[in-house]
Amino acid sequence: MKRRTLLKGSLSAGVAGVAVAAGLLTPQMVMAAWPKAAFDAKAIDGAVSSLLGSSKLASSSDISIKAPPIAENGAVVNIAVSTKLKNVSSISILVEKNAQPLTSSFNLASVTEPFIKTRVKVAKTSSVIAVVKSGGKLFSAKREVKVTIGGCGG
Amino acid sequence: MASNTIRPRAWIDGDIATLKMLITHPMETGRRKDKKSGKVIPAHFIETLKVEHNGQVVLDALLGPAVSKNPFIQCKFKGAKSKDALKISWIDNKGETDSKDAKIN
Repeated sequence: MKRRTLLKGSLSAGVAGVAVAAGLLTPQMVMAAWPKAAFDAKAIDGAVSSLLGSSKLASSSDISIKAPPIAENGAVVNIAVSTKLKNVSSISILVEKNAQPLTSSFNLASVTEPFIKTRVKVAKTSSVIAVVKSGGKLFSAKREVKVTIGGCGG
Repeated sequence: MASNTIRPRAWIDGDIATLKMLITHPMETGRRKDKKSGKVIPAHFIETLKVEHNGQVVLDALLGPAVSKNPFIQCKFKGAKSKDALKISWIDNKGETDSKDAKIN
């Protein structure tokens, strides 16, 4: 029996390996590894293409970003992203002027509503960019967040 | 191993469950310096966070150091009922983990 399970195990591992080699599955999907290159990228393009495989973004008015127009504390900025687009498989949130723009990316299941709310750090006044993967294509929207370092609301 | 860091709250509205979670974590970027010693505080942040509903993954989040300290995440998913089981777990860049079982209200 043991030999049989061993055989099964190695067989399925082999199949996964072939799938990776064929480019059907990215290693991220198999291992759920953290995409270091995407998070280390210094520009939007690099981060998006490293994370999602393409940096071709179509701007979409069907994506809504809720963010404060003026954030007194850049360390905690509430961001909510929702979209009317269908078949959304991921939502990523980037801050253009941060040293490393990618803040977070959320992979959604088919039952998960295309909605995410979280808090991110915004180093200085910048556009917040939401990238939505819908039906294999990438869509994006922007919203400006002003950061007042003084903290007096001026 | 971190413990008791995840505080979830989930409720049902019609067919849709809303889950809010607050996680206690420093989320150090690795760029900040200790004011007293002048030494750089090493990066320490959650990398992946997973939400499972009745054993099915509904949210697989990749976080970076630019997520605020003590991360807050809210998501919504369909097909849930009151009393359904939820499991939330995270792993950080130092290999620390925590997980929490919860029920939808």
